[in-house]
Amino acid sequence: MTVLVAFVAAVLFGCGTWLLMQRRLTRIIIGIGLLGHGANLLLVAGGGRPGRAPIIGADGAGEFADPLPQALALTAIVITFGITAFLLGLGYRSWQLTQDDQVEDDVEDLLIARLEARGSSSEPTPPEHLPATDFEVTRPEVDPRSESTP
Amino acid sequence: MLGPLCSPDRQSSLHMILAILTLHFVLGIAIVVAGDRLGRRGFAVAALAPALTLIWLVTRAGEAIDGRPTVQTIEWVPQLRLAIDLRLDALGVVMVGLVSGIGLMVCVYALGYFSHPKPGTGRLAGLLTAFAGAMLGVVLADHLLTLFVFWELTSITSYLLIGNDDKNPRARDAALSAILITGAGGLALLAGLVLIGQSAGTYRLSELSSTTPVGATVSVGLVLVLAGAFTKSAQVPFAGWLPGAMVAPTPISTYLHAATMVKAGVYLVARLSPVLADVGIWRIVILVGSAATMVIGGWRALRQHDLKLLLAYGTVSQLGFMMLLFGMGAYDLAQAGVIVLIAHGAFKAALFMVVGVIDHEAGTRDVRKLHGFGAGWRPIVVVTVLAASSMAGFPPLVGFIAKEKGLDAALHGSFVGATFLVVAVVAGSILTFAYSARFVLGVLGRLGTADHDPISRQVDPPTWTFVAPAVLLAAFSILAGLAPVLVDDTVRAATTSLYPDSTPRTVVLWAGFNTAFALSIVIIGAGTALVALRRPVARAQARFHDAVAPIPDSDRVFWAIVTGTLRVAKRSTRIVQNGSLPIYLMVILSVAAIAPLIPAVGALDGLPDFVSTWAHLPIAAVIVIAALGAAAVRRRIAAALMLGAVGFAMAAFYVVQGAPDLALTQLAIEVLATVLFVLVLRFLPRQFTDPKTTVTSAIRLVIATVVGASVFVLALVSSAARDDVTQQPVSAEMLERSVPDGKGSNVVNVILVDFRGLDTLGEITVLVVAGLGMVSLGRLSRRSRTDGGSPFERLPVVDTSANLLYGSILVLSLYFLFAGHNQPGGGFVGGLTAGAAISLRYVAGGISAVRNALRLKPWTVLGGGLLISATTAVVPLVAGQQLLEHADLEADLPLLGTLKVTSALPFDVGVYLVVIGIVLMAYEAFGDDAESDGEQRSGAPAPAEVVGR
Repeated sequence: MTVLVAFVAAVLFGCGTWLLMQRRLTRIIIGIGLLGHGANLLLVAGGGRPGRAPIIGADGAGEFADPLPQALALTAIVITFGITAFLLGLGYRSWQLTQDDQVEDDVEDLLIARLEARGSSSEPTPPEHLPATDFEVTRPEVDPRSESTP
Repeated sequence: MLGPLCSPDRQSSLHMILAILTLHFVLGIAIVVAGDRLGRRGFAVAALAPALTLIWLVTRAGEAIDGRPTVQTIEWVPQLRLAIDLRLDALGVVMVGLVSGIGLMVCVYALGYFSHPKPGTGRLAGLLTAFAGAMLGVVLADHLLTLFVFWELTSITSYLLIGNDDKNPRARDAALSAILITGAGGLALLAGLVLIGQSAGTYRLSELSSTTPVGATVSVGLVLVLAGAFTKSAQVPFAGWLPGAMVAPTPISTYLHAATMVKAGVYLVARLSPVLADVGIWRIVILVGSAATMVIGGWRALRQHDLKLLLAYGTVSQLGFMMLLFGMGAYDLAQAGVIVLIAHGAFKAALFMVVGVIDHEAGTRDVRKLHGFGAGWRPIVVVTVLAASSMAGFPPLVGFIAKEKGLDAALHGSFVGATFLVVAVVAGSILTFAYSARFVLGVLGRLGTADHDPISRQVDPPTWTFVAPAVLLAAFSILAGLAPVLVDDTVRAATTSLYPDSTPRTVVLWAGFNTAFALSIVIIGAGTALVALRRPVARAQARFHDAVAPIPDSDRVFWAIVTGTLRVAKRSTRIVQNGSLPIYLMVILSVAAIAPLIPAVGALDGLPDFVSTWAHLPIAAVIVIAALGAAAVRRRIAAALMLGAVGFAMAAFYVVQGAPDLALTQLAIEVLATVLFVLVLRFLPRQFTDPKTTVTSAIRLVIATVVGASVFVLALVSSAARDDVTQQPVSAEMLERSVPDGKGSNVVNVILVDFRGLDTLGEITVLVVAGLGMVSLGRLSRRSRTDGGSPFERLPVVDTSANLLYGSILVLSLYFLFAGHNQPGGGFVGGLTAGAAISLRYVAGGISAVRNALRLKPWTVLGGGLLISATTAVVPLVAGQQLLEHADLEADLPLLGTLKVTSALPFDVGVYLVVIGIVLMAYEAFGDDAESDGEQRSGAPAPAEVVGR
């Protein structure tokens, strides 16, 4: 690995990270693409110095390039493509629903955050204060403290 | 399966223990599944399990009492000394007798109790059976960890039993309280058992008695074990959950909270005391904790108006008593403990049943509302008097023998604290006598108050089947008291099974005028006084409780902890889980960047060369400029094209690096990805319109820079580390074996389809899933429309050239596929190239042209590809070889010459099809159609037919 390659990888990761933290799905997808490129660059360059294509019997001189990182990177390239395609599907769906691709705050998370601090489980009635029977004819009176709904 | 412990003469019943346990769980689950279809009849079915267990017990009890326990061992991980060890010895006989005997009674009783079953009654019967199985497991386990597993099962099933009426908030609270307290204790118990097992060198209870574990580990371990036993057996300060659990229907309370589950802690202490009583603070903890339990439980029982709660606190008190008897490590005390165990099971179950009968008939069990019953209730009154007398320790009932024996043994105790023990037992017994009397007075109606109508006198008497179990248990209490010889053998054998060297004395009703008897007189006298003076006593108790009310009791502390935890959890959730994806990512990325950076900077040892080949320079320049451009531009298409530029530069980099396969793949991907981006982005607004928020932008910039810097340093450090390794890289062997073993000279392809073929199989599975997701998202709303979007204009020039090129590119893709094993290429590259050909068809004729191209559904291609690859991978397994085992076939064909087919080829064909499939899926998801004249020309079906389904 040379300083130059490391620097290029750093730029790819930096730009990818920057885009990943945006609110637009398109930018996030492009950010993931850049991160993928950065990772593949590290993988292949980290595998050693440039060399001859690892095809046995082909013409040429010098050492073979390491084939294993190449195989790993090839897998990674195709997977990144699959992810990109899927995320574009999400973006398309987002456009269908909102005419935009803004990544909104998670509604469920916001609901959880808004939950009152007082819980649904407070100290229950001591058993001494409960009706002394299993066969209540009327519906059991409900302890308001233990029935507060979120 | 047979463990070394099993001698041949016991083999006949070898698997019976396991069969008995399995029966309980299977039957229990079956009844739960049948649920309310069975209703209360579930209890009739459930009775089968304890009945069969009792029959089995009768066949084995003799041998076990003679000192020949039935043993069964199922080895699991011998290296870790993990085994399922089951063992029935004399104490086991006592416990199984209690669990199954009372279990049978409870099942019969429940049939009467649930005469008008509510929904959920059937489930109750099933859970009860499963619980009984777990409890039998606890008392039959000979391995500490086996015991622990069953122990936890009793906690879980009892949680479900208490909370069975899940619409009742009180039942839920009580169940929660029980599971939290006993569950926490269970965790402590596990830790303690492991500490003790490791120190002792054995996890077998039966072998533990011959060891003398000592040391700090054991001292810590035994405290943890006691925490488990104390929570389970409701000892102070963990007693709060037991009275709360009385919200369960009375048959359940009878079984769990009188006879069985709460005795698990006592049982464990009984098993471990012979070894551990003299170690650490075992005896002190039990002396203090259980003496407090016995006295406080009795004190609080005396204050109750609800008969069931009176019994609950009484049970707490009695559990303290048993704990004291078993926990001291003295055999004669333990012998008294065994008698209490039996006596308590009988009288407490009978009394609970009485309470249930009264509640069932009169609709209350509050002593203030009971004013005595009519003549038909005499059997119930007799049962009450007998069972309560046994509880009070009144002669000639078996409870009297138990207490007498305990007092006598405590008086002769030779350990520190024996005197304290005597005082505690006497004080507790006085209270026990008093609350027993209170129970009897309550049932007789002597505690009824004038402000409640004396309705109980008119209540119909219960049916005899409803009363019979209680009658039987009361009869046992008096019979065993009058003729202790009935239980003598068993009690003595159970004692010897705990203390092998001891010679327990015969159990007798009358042991002569000794100190113990004198103390009994004191107990009865003081207890009678407490009852006679019950009004002033109650006032004094009330004053005392008002005075100590500000001090929080353990129950309030427990709920304060629970609610406090929930409050903290909610507050922190509000901060941590705020719903913003950018903020989540910022946190994750900052940690991921900074954490490894700190050690990496230290490891950085000089800089390597600036460049290795000057060809890198222009490539690097393009990548950097395009990446920065992609991050900066505000037009969507422009950003996507910048990403494409990075991709093409990467392909060039791969060429320089000596990776032609990568370069080919990258090029094909870039073409396809760009088309995809255009297909989707054309819908979206042209520009990003983010509001400019400078603060967050600055933070993002900082994080992005830090991540970049971190990657830079890590890349240098990690590649330097790789250079230091002197060993041959893994790939050296792959290079060597590629041709002889993989039958291919393109090593990258051989790795993909052969050496690491399983990875590839996983990868194309991911692709298939992504493709399915994409097409589902894209087609979601299209079904409602008749067309695929806005048709675009067809251009004759494009049309013609596309037709020409389509075929030739397809041929090229097939070449890549077939040559890929030896030349640059392969399934991925071939598939992507074919994808490019399909893209051409799309450009010319829209989605219908794509559909026409193959006449196969995209998902057929996608799934078919995966199927082919997976089949190729699995076929060797059928032939008895390894997954993905290589095979090849050579054949001379006319015209074509020698054709060599390796098993890698069909695998790669699958990959090829999956990649084509995903391209087809993408067009299916996002594509539009060309103008309709195109269809007429090609004779394709109208797109509405295909899409509109």
